[in-house]
Amino acid sequence: MAVLPAQFASLEPFAEWALPSEFDRYGKRIESSMEDMQAFYDAAMPALESGTEYLKGVALDGISEEDRNLVWLFCSLVTVSFPIEAWRQARVPDSGASSIDVVVEPGP
Amino acid sequence: MPHFTKPESGSWTEHFGLATEPVNYDDSISPEFYALEQEAVFKKTWLNVGRVEQLPKNGSFFTKELDGAKTSVIVVRNKDGELRAYHNMCRHRGNKLVWNDYPREETAGMCRQFTCKYHGWRYDLDGKLTFVQQESEFFNLDKADYGLKNVLVDEWQGFVFVNFDPDAAPLKEYMGALGAGLEGYPFGQLTQKHTYRAEIGSNWKLFIDAFMEFYHAPVLHSKQSVSEEARKLQGVGYEALAYDIDGPHAMVSSWGGMSPPKDLSMVKPIERVLRSGLFGPWEGPDLGELPEGINPARHPAWGIDSFLFFPNFMLLIWKPGWYLTYHYWPTSYNTHIFECSLYFEPPKNAFERIQQEMAVVTFKEFGLQDGNTLEATQTMIESGAVTEFPLCDQEVMLRHLHKVVRGYVAEHSAAQTQGHPTAAPTPVSAAS
Ligand code: FES
Ligand SMILES: [Fe+2]
Repeated sequence: MAVLPAQFASLEPFAEWALPSEFDRYGKRIESSMEDMQAFYDAAMPALESGTEYLKGVALDGISEEDRNLVWLFCSLVTVSFPIEAWRQARVPDSGASSIDVVVEPGP
Repeated sequence: MPHFTKPESGSWTEHFGLATEPVNYDDSISPEFYALEQEAVFKKTWLNVGRVEQLPKNGSFFTKELDGAKTSVIVVRNKDGELRAYHNMCRHRGNKLVWNDYPREETAGMCRQFTCKYHGWRYDLDGKLTFVQQESEFFNLDKADYGLKNVLVDEWQGFVFVNFDPDAAPLKEYMGALGAGLEGYPFGQLTQKHTYRAEIGSNWKLFIDAFMEFYHAPVLHSKQSVSEEARKLQGVGYEALAYDIDGPHAMVSSWGGMSPPKDLSMVKPIERVLRSGLFGPWEGPDLGELPEGINPARHPAWGIDSFLFFPNFMLLIWKPGWYLTYHYWPTSYNTHIFECSLYFEPPKNAFERIQQEMAVVTFKEFGLQDGNTLEATQTMIESGAVTEFPLCDQEVMLRHLHKVVRGYVAEHSAAQTQGHPTAAPTPVSAAS
C-alpha cells in the first residue's frame, strides 16, 4: 500500500524513513549502513529537487497523510545528508557517546 | 592581519579593561567553588526559565529544576493572567508539590489548583493554602501562614525569568543596555519551536565558553564545509565584527555570508537544493527593521549576533529571520544540562518545514562536536597538570565571563564575612 503521494512512487522502497520524530530519524541513521544510506540519498535527492515546487504547494494546515509522510521522509534525507556529504560515517566524528536529544518538535 | 576594525586600544580585551594574562580555570573544577556559585550567582541573578508561549492560558504552568539554586520552581499564570512563581514545595512536610511519575523530571500543563500527592493539601494559583486534610487534627494552624514560598518572576520581551533574591533589582534594569538594544525584536512572531537537551560532562561555564568564541569554528567544524571552503576558512581564521560588554552581560557580532552564498559550489548539495543551512533558510521571513542592538557594527556581511545574559542565557539572532536560545543548567561542578531551542516563523508550506529541519539538524551536528570536546577539556583541566591558559582577543567574552563569576563569588563571600564577623574567611581568589 502506497504511503507517499503518487508522483513520489519511486521513493516507496524507502518509506521506512518516513519517521515523525527527529529522535527516530537520527536513531535510524546510526543503525544504518553507509550503503543503505547512500541508496536512500541517491533516490531522494533528485526527488527533492524535482519535487520542490510540489512541496511549496502543500499547506501544512490539514496536510494529507501521504504528504505528511513525504515531509518526514525528506526530513530523514536531511539527517542522512550529513554522513553522506560530510562525515563518511553514520556518527558525527569525535562525538563519542555524547547525545543531544530532541524534547520539543513541531509536526508538519 | 585584521580583516575587521578593532577598537583604538588595539584589542577588544584591553578596550574592555580586561587583563591579558593567562586565565586560571579553578572556578570550573571544584565542588567548593560550585557551592559558592549556587549562593552568589544562581540564587542572586535573574534566570530565564522559559517563554510566555509556554503559559498560554490562565492556569498554565511549568516546573523547572534548578540545581544551581538548589531548588525546583513552579511558574504559573494565575486567574488574573499574571505570572507567579513558587518554590515547588509543599508547606506541610516538604514534598515536591508538582511532578509526574519521576520527581526529578520537569513537567507542564494546566490546572486550577495544586494538590500535594502526599496528604492532599491544596494551594490556589496565587499560592494560598486553601485546604488541609483533617484540619482539626492540627494545632492552631492558620492556613494564611502556610502559603507557597514566593519567588520573584518577571517577563522581558516574552522571556520569563525568576529570581531567588527578594531584593533583586527589576529585570529590565538587570538586562541593561544589551537587553534594551534587543527590545522590539519580533520574538513573539517566531513560534515554531524545536528544543534539544543534552547532559554534558563539563562545568556549565566551559560550554558557554565554547559558544562565545568562533575561534574554534574553522578547525573543529571544518568537515561541515566542502573541503575547498574548509581550507579557505582555516587559512583566514576567525574574527568577529564587534564585541560589547555591559555589566555582567556580553555579546559578539559575527559575519556569515552563507545566506545565500556567493558561490553555490561552496555549500553542500543538500544546502543547494534546500536553500538552507547552518544560518537557516536563505530566504527567511522579512522581519522589518531590526532593533538597534543587532549588528552593532552595521556591517553588510553581518550574519549572527550572540548575546550572553549572565549567568546562563544565550540568545542568538540570525540574519535570515530566526533566533535560538541556549541555557546551561549546572547539576554539579562538572556536569550540566544543556538546552537549545530554535525558533522560526511557522512554516507556510511543506518545503519551508524541511528547510527549517536543515537548520535544526545542522545545529545538532555542530552541538555534538562541541559537547564531546568539552568532556575532553573538563577531564584534562581537572588533572591540574596545567593551570594557566592563554586566551586570545577573540576569546574576550570567556575572559569576561570567568571574571564576572569570580566577582560575584568574591562579593558574596565578602558580604558573608561582614555580616558574620566570626565566620571563617572563604577561600576564594578574587583575581580576574
Ligand atoms: S507533604 Fe504535602 S500534604 Fe503532606
Ligand atoms: Fe562550535
